[in-house]
Amino acid sequence: MKKILTRLTALAACALVALCVPVTAYAEEGYTYNYDWWGDVQYSPDAYNAVEVFTSTELKLDKKLNAPQGMYIHDKKVYVCDTGNNRIIELERNSADSLELIRVIDSFQGGTGNNTFNMPTDIAVAEDGYMYIADQNNGRILKLDMDLNYIMEFNKPTDSTFDQSLSFLPKKITIDTAGRVYCIAVNVNQGLIKFEADGTFSGYVGATPVTYNWTDYIWKKLATKAQRSQMESFVPTEYDNLYMDHEGFTYVCTTNVSEEDLDAGTANPIRRLNLMGSDILVRNGNWYIIGDIYWGSGGGYEGPSLITDITALENDVYVGLDKVRGRLFAYDDQGRLLYAFGGSGNMDGYFKQPVAIDHMGNDLMVLDAQDCSITLFTPTQFGEKIFEAIEQFQKGLYTESGESWQEVMNLNGNYDLAYTGIGRSLLRQKKYDEALDYFKLKLDEDNYSKAFKQYRKEWVEDHIVVISIAFLLILCVPLGIGKVKKIKHEIDTADIFQSDRYKK
Amino acid sequence: MIAALKKKETYNHYLSTLRFALYCITHPLDGFWDLTHEKRGSIAAANTILFLTILARILSLQYTSFLFCKVYWPEINIFLYIASIIFPLALWCVGNWGLTTLFEGKGKLSQIYMATCYGMTPYPLIQFPLIIFSNMITADEGAFYIVFSVLSLVWAAVLIVSAMMEIHEYKISKTIFFTIATMFAMLVMIFILLLFFSMISQAAYYFISIGRELLFRV
Repeated sequence: MKKILTRLTALAACALVALCVPVTAYAEEGYTYNYDWWGDVQYSPDAYNAVEVFTSTELKLDKKLNAPQGMYIHDKKVYVCDTGNNRIIELERNSADSLELIRVIDSFQGGTGNNTFNMPTDIAVAEDGYMYIADQNNGRILKLDMDLNYIMEFNKPTDSTFDQSLSFLPKKITIDTAGRVYCIAVNVNQGLIKFEADGTFSGYVGATPVTYNWTDYIWKKLATKAQRSQMESFVPTEYDNLYMDHEGFTYVCTTNVSEEDLDAGTANPIRRLNLMGSDILVRNGNWYIIGDIYWGSGGGYEGPSLITDITALENDVYVGLDKVRGRLFAYDDQGRLLYAFGGSGNMDGYFKQPVAIDHMGNDLMVLDAQDCSITLFTPTQFGEKIFEAIEQFQKGLYTESGESWQEVMNLNGNYDLAYTGIGRSLLRQKKYDEALDYFKLKLDEDNYSKAFKQYRKEWVEDHIVVISIAFLLILCVPLGIGKVKKIKHEIDTADIFQSDRYKK
Repeated sequence: MIAALKKKETYNHYLSTLRFALYCITHPLDGFWDLTHEKRGSIAAANTILFLTILARILSLQYTSFLFCKVYWPEINIFLYIASIIFPLALWCVGNWGLTTLFEGKGKLSQIYMATCYGMTPYPLIQFPLIIFSNMITADEGAFYIVFSVLSLVWAAVLIVSAMMEIHEYKISKTIFFTIATMFAMLVMIFILLLFFSMISQAAYYFISIGRELLFRV
């Protein structure tokens, strides 16, 4: 009866959706979406709203921003590297939708003589207030205190592992709690350059494993030396950006990926590195963590998503920024796509050339290098609920998490993660039977198997008497019947009853 | 009275020919020889086995655990799905018959159809219990499901080949050669059918467009 009822409601829901789709389809199609198990695009309510776009006018700057490259958020403060103007802008967010200019940093006191910046590309600020600035064309990473006094600088490594013919061009930096600096430099592909707090170079971290395909390898074997030198060599890829999360793990991303490798799942544009430099990103999602899983050539954009920057929230949700189509991809700690949104264009919430992303609490800020603007995103009710459910599950509040996922489902019935979320919460509450339905609906094999194993175990334990009786019956009844038949046969053919027949 | 008796006899004959399928799958060489030469098989039983095979396919769509069979319902057309079994079977029978009659095959078209259907017996026989079994296991235990599933297909394939050998009175090498040749014959037939239909539709369109033009001008 219950099943019939659920089916009827499902049918009614289908009919309702069928009636509503033509109306809603034109209204809001395409800003926020996700993929279901089959890889079909499922449009969803917006998880983030673009509340405000800050350009030089809104920020009351004397000079327009010029190709800004880096952004860093520290508590309420936003630091923007105005790379083209060789300066750093310090902003503060005092209310939900405003950014106020604190100061423009274009020089500092003390130091070795050169007190200005030349193409600053990134900035990081430590908990104790020290600023680290990747001063690219001066070939140094500066450490300044809050009052812009020179403390020290990190220069080109003199170690032989660093190719001395290359100039040291730091591109992106991050710092850990002990004051170590991790740096991505132009033309360095051995991984992240690691400096100790005292400025000594202490090696590379997290080089990408070299990938090549077999056809290239065979061609190389066949080619002459001259031809070989013309070919591309198999080298590790360079990283594009990095972000150190609250646990001290470094998220890195690279745009140096080929379509074939992405399709085959061998390219990992997003990685999470531990201190040893190994990739520990959890990939339990239905899809590779590569941004868009289809890349048609529509609208003048071609090729795969290229993740140019990444940020990780406190709840281990990380957001990658695609510079090709200007989209943001949010993944949870299991590597499942939460939602993708954004696009290229002039409207609020769309980008021309996004270069950097960072977060303030759960709010996101995206820096656009061509538009010279900062877009501020805040989560909608839908987005907040998703975070709430994830956080409650991480804290072990499984019942509450299930309720939050239920609310997410009420907002968006096509949201697969809500179903598996409710299922996982029920699984933790040992309600296996109900959990099975949710996992089955969204074809979640792993969790279904987990729940089913427990369900089967319980079922067998509950029905052990019936099962053993049935088993015995199956064994005994044919045996008994055989025995009876045999006796009957023996009686029928016994000599004493047939003796007179033989006599005749 | 006589009619009723006759009716019961056909009923009994049908059941015994159907039961003979169970003998065939365990004793293929002996069984398929008797199937035609001793007339122990019937078309009615063959139809039943074919029906059961199709039924097993359709039921497994709905009732096999999603762990082993994920169905994208929007793209399922039940008639196309049924045709996807019947059409290759028809091509197989016609192709095999067309080739073997030219090369001393003794089987008639109806016998080829009957023997092929009898050869498919293991499929419903294994698949029906598997549908129930699939709902009792987890993904980790899926190897059992896959092994039995593959077994049902391989068994049926072996049976069909040996059935062809027996009804055509061929040697094993010749049978294998003609099995492969039949596959090619099927491809050729598909090609010709496609060609035929596209030609027909183009010809039809030609006359339709002439008609339209006339209506437009006159």
